[in-house]
Amino acid sequence: MLPELGQFALILALLLAFLQCAVPVYGAWRDNATLIASARPIAAGQCVFVVLAFAILTYAFLTQDFSVAYVAQNSNSALPWYYRFPAVWGAHEGSLLLWVLILNIWTVAVAALSRRLPEVFMARVIGVLGFVAFGFLLFTILTSNPFLRHLPALPEGNDLNPILQDPGLIMHPPMLYTGYVGFSVAFAFAIAALLGGELDVASVRWARPWTNVAWAFLTLGIALGSWWAYYVLGWGGWWFWDPVENASFMPWLVGTALIHSQAVTEKRGSFRAWTLLLSIFAFSLSLLGTFLVRSGVLTSVHAFASDPRRGLFILVFLGVVVGGSLLIYALRAPKVAGGKPFNILSRETLLLINNLMFTCAAAMVLLGTLYPLIGDALGIGRISVGPPYFGFMFMLLMLPVVCTLPFGPFFRWAAADWSATWRALRPALVLAIVAVVAAKFVAPEMALRGLAGVAATLWIGTGIALYALKRWRNAPAGRRYTPEMLGMIVAHFGVALFFAGVLITEATSVERDLRFARDETQRIGGLDFRFAGVQRVQGPNYLADEGTLEVRNDEKLVATLHPQKRQYTGQQMQSKSDIDPGLFRDIYVALGEPSGTDGAWSVRVYVKPFVRWIWLGGLLMMFGGFTAACDRRFRVKAGIRDSGHEIRESSDDRAIFAFPNPESPIPNPGPQA
Amino acid sequence: MKRLLPFFVFVLLCGLLGFGIWWNTHHEMNEVPSPLVGKTAPEFTLPLLYEPTKSLGRKDLLGQPYLLNVFGSWCPTCQDEHPFLMREGKSLGIRLIGLDWKDQPEAAKRWLQQFGNPYQTIIVDEDGHAGIDFGVYGAPETFLVDAQGVIRYKRIGMLTPDVIARELKPQIAAISAGRVATP
Repeated sequence: MLPELGQFALILALLLAFLQCAVPVYGAWRDNATLIASARPIAAGQCVFVVLAFAILTYAFLTQDFSVAYVAQNSNSALPWYYRFPAVWGAHEGSLLLWVLILNIWTVAVAALSRRLPEVFMARVIGVLGFVAFGFLLFTILTSNPFLRHLPALPEGNDLNPILQDPGLIMHPPMLYTGYVGFSVAFAFAIAALLGGELDVASVRWARPWTNVAWAFLTLGIALGSWWAYYVLGWGGWWFWDPVENASFMPWLVGTALIHSQAVTEKRGSFRAWTLLLSIFAFSLSLLGTFLVRSGVLTSVHAFASDPRRGLFILVFLGVVVGGSLLIYALRAPKVAGGKPFNILSRETLLLINNLMFTCAAAMVLLGTLYPLIGDALGIGRISVGPPYFGFMFMLLMLPVVCTLPFGPFFRWAAADWSATWRALRPALVLAIVAVVAAKFVAPEMALRGLAGVAATLWIGTGIALYALKRWRNAPAGRRYTPEMLGMIVAHFGVALFFAGVLITEATSVERDLRFARDETQRIGGLDFRFAGVQRVQGPNYLADEGTLEVRNDEKLVATLHPQKRQYTGQQMQSKSDIDPGLFRDIYVALGEPSGTDGAWSVRVYVKPFVRWIWLGGLLMMFGGFTAACDRRFRVKAGIRDSGHEIRESSDDRAIFAFPNPESPIPNPGPQA
Repeated sequence: MKRLLPFFVFVLLCGLLGFGIWWNTHHEMNEVPSPLVGKTAPEFTLPLLYEPTKSLGRKDLLGQPYLLNVFGSWCPTCQDEHPFLMREGKSLGIRLIGLDWKDQPEAAKRWLQQFGNPYQTIIVDEDGHAGIDFGVYGAPETFLVDAQGVIRYKRIGMLTPDVIARELKPQIAAISAGRVATP
C-alpha cells in the first residue's frame, strides 16, 4: 500500500511542478499579482509531496520491503540499518529521487530567504526552478520509477554493492547533488533576469551567496568522492579522470569561473554577459553530467543493461533547457557592455584570465570525456584519451592561474599600482625560489613536478598570507576581514595546499606490489614492513581475510595495519585497504591474493607523502565558499542601495592603498592574544 | 549573430550526444575491435582451478584450437551466459577452457558446483594480470584461438545462442577447414 502512495505523491508533485512553472511565469508576464503570489505556496506544496515520496522509499528500505523491485535489487536482510539509508540512493532510481528532493529543498530555501527581493523577479526564479523539477519528476516517473513492485515479493534481496557500503558514501552523493543542483539557483536567477530584461547589478548580488554555497557543497562532494575512491577502491589513486568524475568536475570548473565573474559584475558592473553565460553553463554542465552518467553512452563497456530511453529523455530535456536558455540569452542579453572601464593592469584583467582558464579547462575536460563519441562520429573508431591527456592539459591551463593568483587581491579594481604590488609580493617569490633551490640540493632526484609543487604552494600560500597581513596592518580594526574577504583568503590558501598535495604526492610516492611470506620483513620507502599473517574475521554481513602488517621506522613501531579482503553475504568480493594517515605521509596497504601454500600473500604497499593535503585544500576551499556566502553585504536590502554601495566598496579599497602606513604598530592584538 | 554562437555550439553538442544514443542502440559495445585478433595469444602460465599445483600455459595448448571463456563467480552476466555454454559447449567440437578471472578459487568452485561445469579445463587468474595481457574489458569475454596459438575471434559480453550460431560456429568451421588444408 505505502509504495503506491509514494508513486501517487510523485505524480502529485509532478502536477504541482507544472503549476509552479506555468502560473508564476504567466503571472509575471501579465503582471497579475495573485498569480505571482502563488509561486511560494505551490513550491512548498511540491516539496511536501517529494519529501513524502522520499520518506516512503526510505521506509521501504528500513523495513526491507522486498516486494519493491528497487529495494530488492539494492538491499538485503543482512545489510546493517545504517547502510539502509545510503542504499536509498545507491542506484539510479533512488538517486534521481534524491536529486529531485534536493532541488525542492533549494527551491523552498530560496523562496523563504528572498522575501526582500521584488515579487515579480522571484516569481520567475521559482518558475524556472519549477520547470527543472518538472523535467526530473517526469523522467523519474516515466523511465525510472523506484516504486515498481516485484510480486510476489522476493524472499531475499540482492545486496547493496559492497563498495558503496562505506561511511564516506553516506555523505558523498547528497553533498555532490546539493552542489550540482545548487547551480540551478544561479541559473534561475540568470534566466529570470533575462526574461525580465532588467539586468541590473542587484540581481547578481542576490545570486552570489547561493552560487558560493552551491560551489562549496560541490567542492565538498568532489573531495569526499576522491577520498572515498582513495581508501575504498584499493588502488591508492585519488582521481582517475573517468567520465563519472569528469561529470562532477566540469560544473565545478565553470562554477569556479562563475563565482569570480559574479564578483566583478556585482562590484564593477562589467562582465555581465560572461556572468549570464557562465550561470547557464554551470547548470547545463550539471545536466550534461547527469546525461553522461545515466544514459550509458560513455560508460557502457561495463554497464550491459543501459536503457536508451533514459538517454533520449535526458537529451531532449537538456535540449529544451539549455537550448532554450541560450536562445533567450541570444535574444535578450544586454546589447551594450556596461560597467566601468579598466586598464590592462587591474583586478578585472586577472579575473578575466581566471575566467578564460577555468572555462577552457572545462571545455578541455568535456572534449576529453566525449572523445570516444567523436571518434565514432568521425568513423575513426572508439578511442579514449586517458589521464596523460587530462593531466598535462590541466596543468598547462592552471599554470597562468597559479602565476597570477597572488596578484589578484593586491591589484586594485580598474587600475593597479604595479610597483607597490611588486614590492609587497617580492618576499613570496624569493621564498619560492629559495625553497626550490634548497629542495633540489636536499633531494636531487625529485621530479620536476615536485619542485613545481613546492614553488606553486609557497608562491600562492605566502602571497595570500602577505595579503592577510597587509589587511591586518592597514585596515581599520572592525573591517579587517569581512566574511567575504576571509572566505577569499581561506579558499585561496586551500588552493596552495591542494597544489602541494597533488604535485608532491605524484612526484614522491612509492608504490610496490610485493609477495610477503609469513613473518617476512621488507623495506619500502625507508620503512620496515613485517607481515604477520592472515586471519579469518567475521563482520556483520561479511567474512573477511584480515592481514596484519607492522610498520617500523628504525625499530620504532609506527603503525599496525589490518587490510581485509571481504566476502559479502550477497557473494560480492571487496578489498578493504588500511591506512596509517599522517599530515606529511600516508602508509597505505591493500591485501592482494594468497600466493602459494605457505601462508604467503601478495600485498600492495604505498607510501604517499602529503596526500592528505589534497583534501585539506579542498576542505579549506569549501570553508572559504561558505564563509564568503555569510557576508551581510549580500543580505541587506541590497536592491535599493545598489549604486551607493558600489562606490563605498571601491573607495574603501582605494583608501587602503592611498595611505599605506608600514610604520604603524599593530594597533590591536586581537581577541586571541 | 555573435550571441547565437553558444547556441550553435550547443546544437552541435546535442547532435553528437544524439549520435551517441543512436550508436549505442544499433551497435553493442562488444564491437570494440581487438588489436589482438589475428595476433598470437599472449604468453601466460596459470594454475588449474582443481589442481592448483599444476599449471597450464599457452604452449601446452598449441596443436588444437580452443575457446577461452573469461568468467567469474561474481559476474551476473556470466551467470546468464552459463546455460548456453552448458547446452552448446559440447557441440562446438573444440576444447572449452575457462579462465576464472579476478575471482576466488573457492567461490568459483562453489559457483560451478551449483550451476554445472561446461569447461574441460579451468585456469585461475586471481590478480587479473593475464586478463590485462588479453585486453579483457570485463567478464564475460571469449577468445577463439587456433592450433598455431593465433587469436581468430573475440567476443566481448555474453555468448548467446544467436551469436554462437551466426559468428562463433562459422569461425570454428573456417579454422577447421584451414587446418585440414594446411598440412
